[in-house]
Amino acid sequence: MKAALAFLHKQAPGFLFEPNTGLIAAVLALLALVPLYAAVAGDPFALTLFTRIVIMALAAVSLNLIMGYGGMVSFGHAAYLGIGGYAVGILWKEGLGSGFLQWPVAIGASALFALVVGALSLRTRGVYFIMITLAFAQMVYYVAQGLDRYGGDDGLTIGNRSTFHGLVNLNDNTLFYYLCLVLLLASVYLVSRLVNSRFGLAIQGARSNERRMRAVGFPTFRYKLVSFVIAGALCGLAGALLANQTNFISPALMFWTRSGDLMVMVILGGLGSLFGPVIGTVTYLLLEEALSRVTEYSGLIIGPALLLVAIYLRGGIEGVFRKAAP
Amino acid sequence: MTGWLLQTEHLTKRFGGVTAADDINLELPRGEFHAVIGPNGAGKSTLIGLLAGEIAAEAGAIRFDGNDMTRLRADRRSRLGLARSFQITSLFAEFSALDNVALAVQAHAGHSFRFWKDARRDRTLREPARAALAGVGLEARADTRVDRLSHGEQRQLEIAIAIATGPRLLLLDEPMAGLGPEESARMQDMLRRLKSGMTILLVEHDMETVFALADRVTVLVYGRVIASGEPAAIRADPAVREAYLGEQEARGHG
Ligand SMILES: Nc1ncnc2c1ncn2[C@@H]1O[C@H](COP(=O)(O)OP(=O)(O)O)[C@@H](O)[C@H]1O
Ligand SMILES: [Mg+2]
Repeated sequence: MKAALAFLHKQAPGFLFEPNTGLIAAVLALLALVPLYAAVAGDPFALTLFTRIVIMALAAVSLNLIMGYGGMVSFGHAAYLGIGGYAVGILWKEGLGSGFLQWPVAIGASALFALVVGALSLRTRGVYFIMITLAFAQMVYYVAQGLDRYGGDDGLTIGNRSTFHGLVNLNDNTLFYYLCLVLLLASVYLVSRLVNSRFGLAIQGARSNERRMRAVGFPTFRYKLVSFVIAGALCGLAGALLANQTNFISPALMFWTRSGDLMVMVILGGLGSLFGPVIGTVTYLLLEEALSRVTEYSGLIIGPALLLVAIYLRGGIEGVFRKAAP
Repeated sequence: MTGWLLQTEHLTKRFGGVTAADDINLELPRGEFHAVIGPNGAGKSTLIGLLAGEIAAEAGAIRFDGNDMTRLRADRRSRLGLARSFQITSLFAEFSALDNVALAVQAHAGHSFRFWKDARRDRTLREPARAALAGVGLEARADTRVDRLSHGEQRQLEIAIAIATGPRLLLLDEPMAGLGPEESARMQDMLRRLKSGMTILLVEHDMETVFALADRVTVLVYGRVIASGEPAAIRADPAVREAYLGEQEARGHG
């Protein structure tokens, strides 16, 4: 797996595409103009769809920090979407509707969970790491199913979006969309600063050659752990946004297939490329939307199919497996 | 405090049935250039791994500058002033040569919980890194990605990274592995220059280099020290000739 990832890295930036300036500008223009289009064309669904895309892109950006730059293949990243979402839902249910409370709790709880998962998983490698992160995410999934007060298996409808005491009104869908977009761009900027800082070079060094990193004097574990926590926190914010968008939370938020979707989005866009996850998410979710009008199995088809296409374009499956065998 | 920079006592490590380090007692005074020779599989890389903290000792002790560091992790040992190079080149392949060395500098410049400023523009990291690159003659290749460097250049970079940590003890594992005659000669020059400022433990098959540079030589066979002493004595030692040097000469390496 490590070797397969290293192979994917050789392809970065850009796996299906080379995320060049032109492509990035085009995607940004598209995202900026969505509300205008929705208004002019009288197509509110476009706004709903793209709000989801932007939020999932934020989650993908956070996963890219640890998977793309840090080489940590977390197969449980959707857990943070769930934790962030449930923080909003649970607090609302308990009469605490303020976003000033809900959002920090969503971020903080996700960071704390990431700290625990990271502390227990980051000393393992390869498949073990993947399995442990997956197991923790599934654990949260089952815990959420058991929360009868908050809807259990059926989920919970949230009566109100987070309130910000007159500062912003999230019930305005256009405003909410732009807020999500700003947070996405801010997170891309944050990651761009992080990965070029001393901290970022430390985690990239650990991805590239952890043995050498230790030999030159880096206690790699603590840097990887902190990056894991930052990624968890960022994805927790995405979870809070998602719960606000849909006014609904359910265990399905963090089912393992959603973690898989996030991985596909990141890999499609190009591991360790700043805008890659945004482009990957837009592509993936638009394709999924288009396919879902044709077949109900779109989710089962699209991820594997896109990955196969991508792999085929770059050296073929055989190439991946050749490099995967050490 | 003792006069030794490095001491090992009864250092032992087994891999299954193979005893790769068998009761090794070494003493390196400050400033010594100490060579370790021995046939393939003798346990030379294992010894370096044990000293660097990458391999855990089964028995025995390692003292560095008088302090027991047998249980310290590799990164702690590095920060205490112990650096190593690798027999099989071990670099940050998708980074530039300068990035590689700058990382080594960074590891010794306080913690890396600095999240905002561009580390590639940090002169406190880049300048020492450039100096270390220049020290091995790679300054012209600073911005080249490491996986595009020649094998010889990568071997030089191996050393530059180790030097950039500012070590008191340098462990070099076959720095000449795979080098042509000209590159070997350059490497030998470089080792000679390093010799004046540092304590060095060199594992090497190139006997000409070993006998030209070493103050003392230790011979390992099957994980055991069969001889240790000044080069001339080692060269004359019949047991060494039988176990190793004779074989080297027969193969035309002598
Ligand atoms: N990680 C390992 N697992 C099992 N056996 C090992 C390992 N590392 C080294 N060995 C064995 O230990 C012995 C010494 O190896 P090594 O230290 O690499 O020798 P040298 O560097 O002198 O050629 C060899 O028999 C080798 O096969
Ligand atoms: Mg060896």
